[in-house]
Amino acid sequence: MIEARPLTEAMRPDGLALSLEEYEKAGGYRAARKMLKEMAPEEVVSLVKDAGLMGRGGAGFLTGLKWSLTSPAGESPGPRFLIANGDEMEPGTFKDRYLMEGNPHQLIEGMICAAFAIRATDAFIFIRDHYFEAQERVRRAIAEAYAKGYLGKRIFGSDYSLELHFHGSAGRYICGEETALISALEGARPVPRSKPPFPGVAGLFGRPTVVNNVETLCNVPHIVENGPVWFRDLSRTAQGGTKIFGVSGRVKKPGLWELPMGTTIRETIFEHAGGMLDGYSFRGVLPGGGSTDFLVEQHLDTPMDYENIQKAGSRFGTATMIVLDDRACPVGFVGNLMKFFAQQSCGWCTPCREGLPWLARLLFRIDRGEGSEEDIEILAEHTSKIWIGKTYCALAPGAIEPLQSALTYFRDDFTQHVQQKRCPWS
Amino acid sequence: MVTIYIDGVAFEVAEGKNLLETCQSLGINVPYFCWHPKLHSVGACRQCAVKQFRDQNDTRGRIVMSCMAPVADGMRVSITDPEAVAFRKGVGEWLMLNHPHDCPICDEGGECHLQDMIVMTRHNYRRTTFPKRTYNNQNLGPFIHQEMNRCIQCYRCVRFYKDYAGGDDFDALSSHDSVFFGREKPGTLESPFSGNLIEMCPTGVFTDKTYKQHYIRKWDLQQAPSICTGCSLGCNTFAAERYGTLRRIRNRFNHEVNGYFLCDRGRFGYEQVNAETRIRNIQPETGREEALEKARSLIRNAASVIGIGSPRASVESNFLLRRLVGQENFYAGVDPREEALVERVHSILEEGAVDSASLQEIEQCDAVLVLGEDPVNSAPMLELALRQAVRRAPVGEARGRLGIPEWDDKAQRVVVQKAKGPLYSANLYPISIDRIATAALHRAPEDIARFATAVAHVIDPAAPAVEGLDEETAALAGSAARALLAAEKPLVVSGTSLLSEAVLEAAAAVARALRARDKEVRQFFVVPEQNSMGLAMLSPRPLGEAVERAGAGKADLVIVVENDLARRCSESDAEAILSVANLLVMDTHQNAATDRAELALPASSFAEASGTVVNNEGRAQRFFRVMEPLGLAQESWKWLQEFDAAGNSGNAPPQLARTLDALLDEIEAEEPAFAGIKRAAPGPGRGAPAAGIPRQSFRYSGRTAIHAAEDIREHRVHDDSDSPLRYSMEGRVDPADAALVPEYWVPGWNSVQALNRFQEEVGGPLRGSNPGALLLGRSRKVGAGSAAAYPAKAPGGYVRRKEGYLACTYQRIFGGEELSSRSAAIAARAEDPYVGVSLSDADALGRRDGEMVMVRVEGESKARKLPLKRIEGLADGIILLPAGFENWSAGRTAPARIEPGDE
Repeated sequence: MIEARPLTEAMRPDGLALSLEEYEKAGGYRAARKMLKEMAPEEVVSLVKDAGLMGRGGAGFLTGLKWSLTSPAGESPGPRFLIANGDEMEPGTFKDRYLMEGNPHQLIEGMICAAFAIRATDAFIFIRDHYFEAQERVRRAIAEAYAKGYLGKRIFGSDYSLELHFHGSAGRYICGEETALISALEGARPVPRSKPPFPGVAGLFGRPTVVNNVETLCNVPHIVENGPVWFRDLSRTAQGGTKIFGVSGRVKKPGLWELPMGTTIRETIFEHAGGMLDGYSFRGVLPGGGSTDFLVEQHLDTPMDYENIQKAGSRFGTATMIVLDDRACPVGFVGNLMKFFAQQSCGWCTPCREGLPWLARLLFRIDRGEGSEEDIEILAEHTSKIWIGKTYCALAPGAIEPLQSALTYFRDDFTQHVQQKRCPWS
Repeated sequence: MVTIYIDGVAFEVAEGKNLLETCQSLGINVPYFCWHPKLHSVGACRQCAVKQFRDQNDTRGRIVMSCMAPVADGMRVSITDPEAVAFRKGVGEWLMLNHPHDCPICDEGGECHLQDMIVMTRHNYRRTTFPKRTYNNQNLGPFIHQEMNRCIQCYRCVRFYKDYAGGDDFDALSSHDSVFFGREKPGTLESPFSGNLIEMCPTGVFTDKTYKQHYIRKWDLQQAPSICTGCSLGCNTFAAERYGTLRRIRNRFNHEVNGYFLCDRGRFGYEQVNAETRIRNIQPETGREEALEKARSLIRNAASVIGIGSPRASVESNFLLRRLVGQENFYAGVDPREEALVERVHSILEEGAVDSASLQEIEQCDAVLVLGEDPVNSAPMLELALRQAVRRAPVGEARGRLGIPEWDDKAQRVVVQKAKGPLYSANLYPISIDRIATAALHRAPEDIARFATAVAHVIDPAAPAVEGLDEETAALAGSAARALLAAEKPLVVSGTSLLSEAVLEAAAAVARALRARDKEVRQFFVVPEQNSMGLAMLSPRPLGEAVERAGAGKADLVIVVENDLARRCSESDAEAILSVANLLVMDTHQNAATDRAELALPASSFAEASGTVVNNEGRAQRFFRVMEPLGLAQESWKWLQEFDAAGNSGNAPPQLARTLDALLDEIEAEEPAFAGIKRAAPGPGRGAPAAGIPRQSFRYSGRTAIHAAEDIREHRVHDDSDSPLRYSMEGRVDPADAALVPEYWVPGWNSVQALNRFQEEVGGPLRGSNPGALLLGRSRKVGAGSAAAYPAKAPGGYVRRKEGYLACTYQRIFGGEELSSRSAAIAARAEDPYVGVSLSDADALGRRDGEMVMVRVEGESKARKLPLKRIEGLADGIILLPAGFENWSAGRTAPARIEPGDE
């Protein structure tokens, strides 16, 4: 194993963005330069494939494979697009913000590499609307890169040209879903699209398009520079690389850390985040953001990667954990999440549009002590009615995950609300 | 064909479809909302869920949406699987969470797809107690009433309005559980197809505002199949009546003609039937027998008679008028120029060198040339068909390259985006279709003809070359020709709107040139009115002759059948004819002719009449009485029969009315052009169940009470000897009699969606045979590649008049047509009229937009006062007058002068 923090180690301790000069001094743009000079696009794709880089936006799809599934440029001449998904709105997640604010050029370099690999003609960075600082810093970095000739025509004197555009989101969670993001970029309602056709075949404006998460793209220059073996060796498990882990909730030091893949939940919460605040004890955790299943005490030693978290019954997601302590009401906790997801539904399919608001209302009613056993039954019934394949996209199933696991692990809490006709925590 | 297994039962089904449409075609109930046979699948509502199994050994299966599941050989699905049943019930429950459940006060109640589907899902108990979501509604104009609280967000409205019909003032707004469908701001919906929202909406969000003014539950309506009177396309409709009032018009599916849709003129123009200006009694007032005697004596005593037929009267009425007055005295009653052009269209179709297209076929064409027609205003549903035609090429490309089936609408639109296949348009003035055109040319009619001739010449050098064409036009002709040649099914659209024979000839030449190059080309010609073609087929004499005879005092009786002559020809021509000593008029509404008539007899409107009309492509279509006429009105052909009988047999007692069927036999025998007209629909006792077909639903209420105010005894059921339809609840609707079906209804399907069960397969032709009979327009004589007859030389270019202007017409969907303009809702939608003037002419006049000017048309006694409108692209020397405004006939051009306005 190699101990390294490639994504964050160059960042300034004061939290300001690395300038282009600072980034280059730390070795930045070396990978892109080398790649454009020496490599063919297919080689970049196979490098990333060999590294086994998995999408850091939550779904964990193999990045190299995604790239290789775009229509070959020869078959479909015309514009091709790369989109950096910086629409980070997953509850509890703020890792992409950290990367964009701290080292925007790393993202730009990653985008140059990825765009080259898929022969993109244009690239877009799509950033969450309330990420004012990240938007500002990324725009400044793009301008710097253009000024230096690192973007635009014939980058680094090579034959490759790339136009990079910034686009601010209008502020909907669903825009983080790649096909909804594409719809939004086109100026349409951000409604997800059915697949096939996959964006690699018909994406933005009907053209071959790859959408990658910001953190995913930030990894690419390092893989290009150091190779797949190095990347795999960064991890403690079979799934390579480091990962930005985050913890929020009633812990002593909530925050973000770049750690090897496979770091356990226990280590992350109790070492890096300093453990629970005094007087609070650990009750459960959403390991990968607001739309993942609760894990509890018994899962604390699970190594955090896609495979192991899934085995434990949840999802790795964005690896930014939300900790539930023993003095917070799990019903209200889940109710808050449900309200968020209900509000963020695009309104396209019935289960999500109509089902989630109903669940949110039921949860709050139970939380107020006005609920009934039947309400709990309706909640439970919905955990199977709203699921992948029954809904149009993954938003509603994601909203169901914390609810269904809460009903598994904290069912008593729900029943107590009904029996005591009040919230036991209030 | 492939074999699929539904709940263990094997079915042989067509490939390439999705499971939902396959189930509907098989008559298997699967509930749905967002899917529509024409808008296809988007997977939004999740109501059509079924369980699909990987193979025989898979017992778990997974829930899939049947609208998104392609049928495949060996496919195994279950509709009755408990999880699927529970899920569908759950979807019903979700949809009803916010639905106000206000069926008793909802216009949709009783024909509501939501009601039907909720019953089908078996969701019947309300578990939620939370307050429901509410919206503020918008005033959407005179046609559509909005009640958003009822919305279940199936997105069909916006998909029809924006995606299918190309409207841009209606959208899905807001998000999550408060998605709103409407305009950004309240206001009149601008699309001329907005009325289809009523039938698109599965519940009562969008309902018919005109119907609301005299609302009756669906089951209390008396209905019959009818034909729209709004233009020459002959869209099929259901007309509905109660208490002697025509209540509404709905779409009646005809696979070849209008399919699932109607335009707003056709849907909302019906109120003319109930108008105050209807003639219900004989004028001057007298009894029926006295009037008949007077008519007969007028006819008997006339030395020389002129018969004026009408393009809005049925074939039967025109035919009997011709027989009464004799072929040599029978005139079309339209401006001679229009008449000549319609006759030319007729002869082109009769020649049959090129197949004419049905609207349905137009949607399948992949390259289009439109010459001198403004479809949305002259034949609105043509525009809707053309909007589908321009998608043909890119949709085919997406299917070919990526294997995306046509029914996967969302995926198709992702790939196709805004791509459009080739459509070239040349017109006198800018038109709405320009916006979907590859290129649009604006020229004077002569120059449009030259452009089209140049296109024909590029396609087939045997067509005459055009000398001295400007560079832009020549280049455009080249690219249009190449696009048409590259297409699989090119289409040429033209018509009589510009009143230019040159344009018509050139359009026909383009079609023939493509045919000479062995292309599977189609042609489509718009003619002015509902039965213009049927009238032309009766070979009327040119009106000029009648004017001359009348002027010279060589006629002493004029018989006018359903023609407000002043609207269809020049003031002086109309005046000459109507000034003849004796005037006998049959018409539906009071007009200049009825006012002056010696005797005016009330004619029944389309809703109280049975008869046949021939549409622009030569398709004979039958319409039926929805109700008995009020007062003494009857079909003009019935009046004429009664004169005829008397005329033929001296003083013998009049022969009582023959039946429609007998009359049609005579028409077929006497006029070979109409051979086959009987096939338009089965006659009484033929092909229909012996008991007859009920015009009333079996839930019709008040049968014995309706007439109790007049007579307490049970009302006698009127006989209708002209069709198998009865004014009764008794009898049986047989889908096989497609032309006679008075409404779509099957158990469990009370909404318009019951149509699925009346089709061979979903989206396909009606069971039995397609209503109507094509009398013209299929190539019969000239084979592919045979010598095409082209005009000897290219037409000459446009030359501006030395003095003044040439007044032409701009077509108007609302207000441009005679009958529909008499309906309040249509009148409310008519745009303010103007006189269109070219930019440089306007400059020369020193006039800005909106300034009043006086337009003096040659030969008219009065100048017209109109605001001026500058029209970009309009040729200098031509001015545009609004169709139908102050009797300006769309069938005319005339010299005119513009004089300073008095303001």
